[in-house]
Amino acid sequence: MKARSLRSRRLVDRAVKALSVSSALVGLVALGWILYEVVKRGIGAFNLDFFTKAATPPGVSGGGIANALVGTLLMTGLATIIAAPLGVLAGVFLAEFGRRSRLAAAARFASNALIGVPSIIVGLFVYGLLVVTTGGFSGYAGAAALAMIMLPIVARTAEDMLNLVPDSLRESALALGAPRWRTTLGVVFRAAKSGMLTGVLLAIARISGETAPLLFTALNSPYWSRSLAEPTPNLTVTIFNYAMSPYHEWQRMAWGASLLITAGVLVITVSARALLRGNR
Amino acid sequence: MSRPESSPTDVSISLSAISAARTNEKDPDISDLPIKVSVRNLNFYYGSNQVLFDNSIDIPANRVTAIIGPSGCGKSTHIRVYNRIYELYREHRAEGEVLIDQTNVLSPSTGVLELRKRVGMIFQKPSPFPMSVFENVAYGLRVHYRLSRSEVAGRVESALRRAALWEEVKDKMEESATALSGGQQQRLCIARAIAIEPEIVLMDEPCSAIDPIATAKIEDLIGELQEKYTIVLVTHNMQQAARVSDFTAFFYQGRIVEFGPTRQLFTNPKGKQTEDYITGRFG
Repeated sequence: MKARSLRSRRLVDRAVKALSVSSALVGLVALGWILYEVVKRGIGAFNLDFFTKAATPPGVSGGGIANALVGTLLMTGLATIIAAPLGVLAGVFLAEFGRRSRLAAAARFASNALIGVPSIIVGLFVYGLLVVTTGGFSGYAGAAALAMIMLPIVARTAEDMLNLVPDSLRESALALGAPRWRTTLGVVFRAAKSGMLTGVLLAIARISGETAPLLFTALNSPYWSRSLAEPTPNLTVTIFNYAMSPYHEWQRMAWGASLLITAGVLVITVSARALLRGNR
Repeated sequence: MSRPESSPTDVSISLSAISAARTNEKDPDISDLPIKVSVRNLNFYYGSNQVLFDNSIDIPANRVTAIIGPSGCGKSTHIRVYNRIYELYREHRAEGEVLIDQTNVLSPSTGVLELRKRVGMIFQKPSPFPMSVFENVAYGLRVHYRLSRSEVAGRVESALRRAALWEEVKDKMEESATALSGGQQQRLCIARAIAIEPEIVLMDEPCSAIDPIATAKIEDLIGELQEKYTIVLVTHNMQQAARVSDFTAFFYQGRIVEFGPTRQLFTNPKGKQTEDYITGRFG
């Protein structure tokens, strides 16, 4: 048997290491670059009017995106109120009560498929379901589309987090004569709560940047929304419209709104990680 | 209870030392004792795989009964039928009878919550709930009783005292139970189990995850607890069985090979398999 040369093995080792490091760097550089550009171009748009006033027509100075910010917060909030409890309960079924049942297997498969559905399809689906039938674009339809994107994410993370809780804990609570629901709510939830909260936060971060599902549901509006039953202003569609416009002032606003969303998502993501780490 | 000093590997020496220390005691005769648990022809399956075969045994009341045998022989599975905790897993199935005070607990009419209030269980790994020391012990109380705050506090203290843990935790009642040492956690689990006043306490290798000093404390505790409770102790540690139990059952490949007074089983085993096991020839 002929030994392979030490030099060539060392060379291959170095090459693999260099490749993997540079691949990791590509991701880091991309993120850094995006952050840098967004901050550089967006920070200039930040002023009091930006955060307090509604949009103005092109050419009129002193407008802001406050109406869009409020609309986004309302729809995201409503979507969270719908999807978080539903998703957590679905996760409880998948991890606790259903476990290896056929229904759970089907629900798990459906969740995975739903996570992979392009968000524009969700938008079109809700358009057909809520916009066409009610005769108009509305914030409710927007929130429904966002909730639909959120639901499978929350359900699957909740299931994963509950599965991390060792069965010994469930057995200990059951062995004391606690019924199953009490074991789940009183003991298993406590052990999994930071993980499940993280899942909800990450799902919120995910939907707060979604544009496509809102395009066909909430649409957008340059005015303050008086009700979620009307077309509702929101940050992402505003960015889309402003960025495509020929007006310099609007483009600047689009950058500002992009920075706002990016910063918001970053804060949510970092606090989710901190929450998870704090509990370890 | 005497505890001879010897190395853990020296099974035969320590066992004879134990029996020597106990020669002045009379072997308990099981036919004179009231029977708490009576198992009849218990068969157990994981799916289609049978793991217990025709187990029949009488567990005397207010005594410590040890269950020994090599890993995978069905010791834990056997006691997990007594409180029906196996029902958590849908592919697990038991057939036969487990009579506690002459009532078959496997019959569908037996309420499992009430059963588990009467039959407490301590697990191999200490499993404190992720809450305070106080709330851990109060958990079972709140499940089964409507009590005032002061009543809960009184019962929690009493349970912790009986578990020989009160002095160590009385100033940390509001701290997280997961911050206690492994031995303290296990005694906390014992306090949690006896707080709801069970009649039987099942212990599934309660000392296998903790250090020797903590083990000694728990063994002392087992000795004290048997005055009030019927204790079934699964252990892979034969010296422990010899030290703390009155009766011992030897399990092998899902069958109960031999059952009798502990001293008799260790000094004068009837079966060849029992003898081989306790002399360390396999296991």
